[in-house]
Amino acid sequence: MITRRILLWIMFVLVLVALPPLATALGQTYYIDLVRRVLILSIAAISLNLILGYGGLVSFGHAAYLGIGAYSVGIMAFYGAASGWLQWPLAVAASALVALAIGAVSIRTSGIYFIMITLAFTQMLYYLGISLAEFGGDDGMRLKARSQFSGLVDLGDPVAFYYLALLLMLLSVFLVYRIVNSRFGMALRAAKSNDPRTRAIGFSPYPYRLAAFVIAGAMCGLAGALYANHTNYITPGLMSWQQSGDLMFMVILGGMASTAGPVIGTFALLLVEEVLKGWTEYWQVVLGPLLVLSVIFFKRGLAGMFYKPDA
Amino acid sequence: MTWALVFEQLLNGLQYGVMLFLMAAGLTLVLGIMNMVNLAHGSLYMVGAYLAVAFTGWTGNYVAGVALALLGTLLVGMAIEVVTLRALYNRDHLDQVLATFGLILFFNELISMIWGRGAQYAALPAWLQGHIELFTGSRYPIYRVAILIVGLLTAVLLWYVVTRTRLGMLVRAGASNRTMVAALGVNIKLLYTVVFGLGAALAGLAGLMAGPIYAVQPGMGELILIQVFVVIVIGGIGSVRGALVGAIVVGVVDTMGRAFLKPLLASVISPPAAEAAGPALASMLIYLLMAVVLAVRPAGLFSARG
Amino acid sequence: MIKSILASVAAASVAFSLPAAAQQQKIKIGFITTLSGPPAIIGKHMKDSVDLALDHLGHKMAGSAVEVIYGDDQFKPEVGVQLAEEMLKKNQVDFMAGIIWSNVMMAVVPVVTGAGHIMVGANAGASPLAGSQCNELYFSASWNNDQSPEALGKYLNDKGIGELYVMAPNYQAGKDMVAGLKRYYKGKIVDEVYTKFQQTDYQAEISQLRAKNPKAVFVFYPGGMGIQFVKQYVQAGLRDQIPLYSVFTVDETTLPALREAAIGQYEARFWSPDLDVPASKKYVADFEKKYGYIPSYYGAQSYDAIMLIDSAVRATKGNLKDTQALVKEMRKANYNSIRGKFQFNNNQHPIQDFYLLQAVKAGNKDGVAMKIVQKAFEKHQDAYHQDCKMKW
Repeated sequence: MITRRILLWIMFVLVLVALPPLATALGQTYYIDLVRRVLILSIAAISLNLILGYGGLVSFGHAAYLGIGAYSVGIMAFYGAASGWLQWPLAVAASALVALAIGAVSIRTSGIYFIMITLAFTQMLYYLGISLAEFGGDDGMRLKARSQFSGLVDLGDPVAFYYLALLLMLLSVFLVYRIVNSRFGMALRAAKSNDPRTRAIGFSPYPYRLAAFVIAGAMCGLAGALYANHTNYITPGLMSWQQSGDLMFMVILGGMASTAGPVIGTFALLLVEEVLKGWTEYWQVVLGPLLVLSVIFFKRGLAGMFYKPDA
Repeated sequence: MTWALVFEQLLNGLQYGVMLFLMAAGLTLVLGIMNMVNLAHGSLYMVGAYLAVAFTGWTGNYVAGVALALLGTLLVGMAIEVVTLRALYNRDHLDQVLATFGLILFFNELISMIWGRGAQYAALPAWLQGHIELFTGSRYPIYRVAILIVGLLTAVLLWYVVTRTRLGMLVRAGASNRTMVAALGVNIKLLYTVVFGLGAALAGLAGLMAGPIYAVQPGMGELILIQVFVVIVIGGIGSVRGALVGAIVVGVVDTMGRAFLKPLLASVISPPAAEAAGPALASMLIYLLMAVVLAVRPAGLFSARG
Repeated sequence: MIKSILASVAAASVAFSLPAAAQQQKIKIGFITTLSGPPAIIGKHMKDSVDLALDHLGHKMAGSAVEVIYGDDQFKPEVGVQLAEEMLKKNQVDFMAGIIWSNVMMAVVPVVTGAGHIMVGANAGASPLAGSQCNELYFSASWNNDQSPEALGKYLNDKGIGELYVMAPNYQAGKDMVAGLKRYYKGKIVDEVYTKFQQTDYQAEISQLRAKNPKAVFVFYPGGMGIQFVKQYVQAGLRDQIPLYSVFTVDETTLPALREAAIGQYEARFWSPDLDVPASKKYVADFEKKYGYIPSYYGAQSYDAIMLIDSAVRATKGNLKDTQALVKEMRKANYNSIRGKFQFNNNQHPIQDFYLLQAVKAGNKDGVAMKIVQKAFEKHQDAYHQDCKMKW
């Protein structure tokens, strides 16, 4: 059944698929790199939406997994292990493990306390990253070699990399969509909307939240691995609370608890920034009020304009 | 490491804590009573510092400049409340986060446009310069003593207002149960504006006091905002008493950590290891403290909520 | 609705840039610096200096019009990389210059050199780029990061300052500065204190310092940290008790905020507005006339970077296709640098003199200015040039 929603998605995907040949034809290949960055960060935003939008877990430390994923790739490349088949699963696994550790402790709290604890953990990871002189400290490190996929995909080819990012972004959207519409997802969302009642009918939210937290961390770790290959340079700044804040803003702006929300939010924020920067040096004086207005008028985020979000 | 030094560091910690208290008091009131996450609190701090610089320069008199700056920040705060925050009261905390973040961007850039991006020169009048001799033999800046005095006076004033006046009673009731207070016929809108204005004035006071010792530049508020949040979480949201205790604890722990952690570590583990671990650990100390407090008292030390 | 807005925005951006595709014989230089956030004051100094350089050149190099495209890296390496790619691919710049921060520089240089274009660094002096990762397409118009603390260390050592209390922020640059200092300073280090990055209050550290009662203090506190530390040092009454030596802490970007608090501070630098070199005097005089404030070394370096590029373009008569010729001419550095005689080392970083400066009372609007006291290090070569395999 082709609904309006599915139609909009198809149009969106077609535009993205058509971008590289169009940009190349116009001689504006820069846009391929720009949109690729947006796609990669969308994956991070999608993962955050799972726990923040659907799970109600306001994690101020989500950027930590971007950093863990990126550094996994970077450190392995540093020691000569440039195979993507090895690096990327490791990036995902490392992120999942750290998410498990942080989540196990943090999810016992709630509300502003959860926010502060996740923030505290991220700050500690960030300071740890800065003090690792071996890997450049806060100067960061260059990626020695792009992840190799035994000839299957050459990440050095901007267009191939773009399509890979697009594919992974769509897969992430699909994955989160399936999760939130499954029994597991229902329990998670129920716990967000009415915690006491959920407990009353016999579900303890804790394992569901923890599982979601780990999945979100793992997905963000994958985004980190992609990001390292995109910028060819890895810094602890990726793990800073400012970066976490940026991810949160993309999710909130786009519309929490909606499938398209994080994607729309990321595209909107990054592309509007790009345009504003071209106009004036003081672009933040315009962006600030735009954000305020969008919060006041778009009560369900930007996605709320197209259709009612799921929750 | 002499006792004289320990005393001096305790004094430093107390004074730093008092600075944090000025910021935290306003923020905890706004969060506790209005249930409003206001990231732009740091912007009001910045506005206070800049207005003090501007008015002192304009009138040529420090006291006049400070008074006008306080008034100015109060007005700016109330203007923000009426124009933007009113639309956000019933919204999700996250929406408030995004909107007030937008305000941060706006104010930082606006200040840059008016005063430029460089740091401003914030002078001290002659009667606040110089130092006194402590009994320990070391010199302590007079201005820091002034900050200590002003901060403690403000704490006493706040305590008086909150516990002994009608307004304070409404504030405490609102922190404890907002809906009930509204149901009892109190003009909640006016109460909110007044509370927010008060919070803004406190932030402005912190800013103008900080100006002469810190750098007055765009973005100065965000540098201490995290520490202020840590303070109110430790102290308990909505409680001014909690903000004071939390602030002093954070101030003292942070200061003592920065001063004595490395030497203490060096006596236990090897000096080179202490060189590396000391500063790193000192940075994380207040977060560890917060985690410990929350483990024992999940709602903070003095939670206002019933 | 949003979709159509986004679509039209995307279309407009494409339309905006189409004219760039139809270009005349114009020389384009991409200049990346930081124009937002607290460090933006540095970016302003650099941008104003580049504009002045263009004025002095009549906006022409070897007869062709010159255009500089500015980018704001927001202090983030990935934004710097994105800017570099935009300038190379969309704006089709011939040269790239600028960059304040070492981490942004390390990320951007491979992008530029990988595209076969020359990059002239106007501030950041990341050590790998002076050593093992030197590249014939990368020139530095500033210095290697370690050179300033090395110069100060040599001065302190030569002067016989027996002991030193050292403080810096706990990040890579802080550690590098201290390492540079210790390369030439062989006296006793009373204590080495690393403070939290962007810490605002130093009262605790100042109390510790006073308790140790050292003969002299060395600090590295760039930007707002410097303003805070120096103000608090002076307020604690230490200015007339213990001499304070620093690098990158007190300069023309922070003097307006410090004013009289800066008086007495010692700094080590390769340049000062009062340097007695004709090209420098012209730069400073015209800069003050045009902009109404005193330029800093950030600006002087940026000015020099543009003049360096001009020297190469003039020598090759505007033939930008021959990169090898451009490199050859740029190595000669045949122009009037603001530092006097300019000479490149094998790693394409300058061999230059460093001076000890002091902030003294002055009659200008800030009431204070940096003045050269004496030479600290003559013809200083950076510590990494031997790691660079280039020979020419």
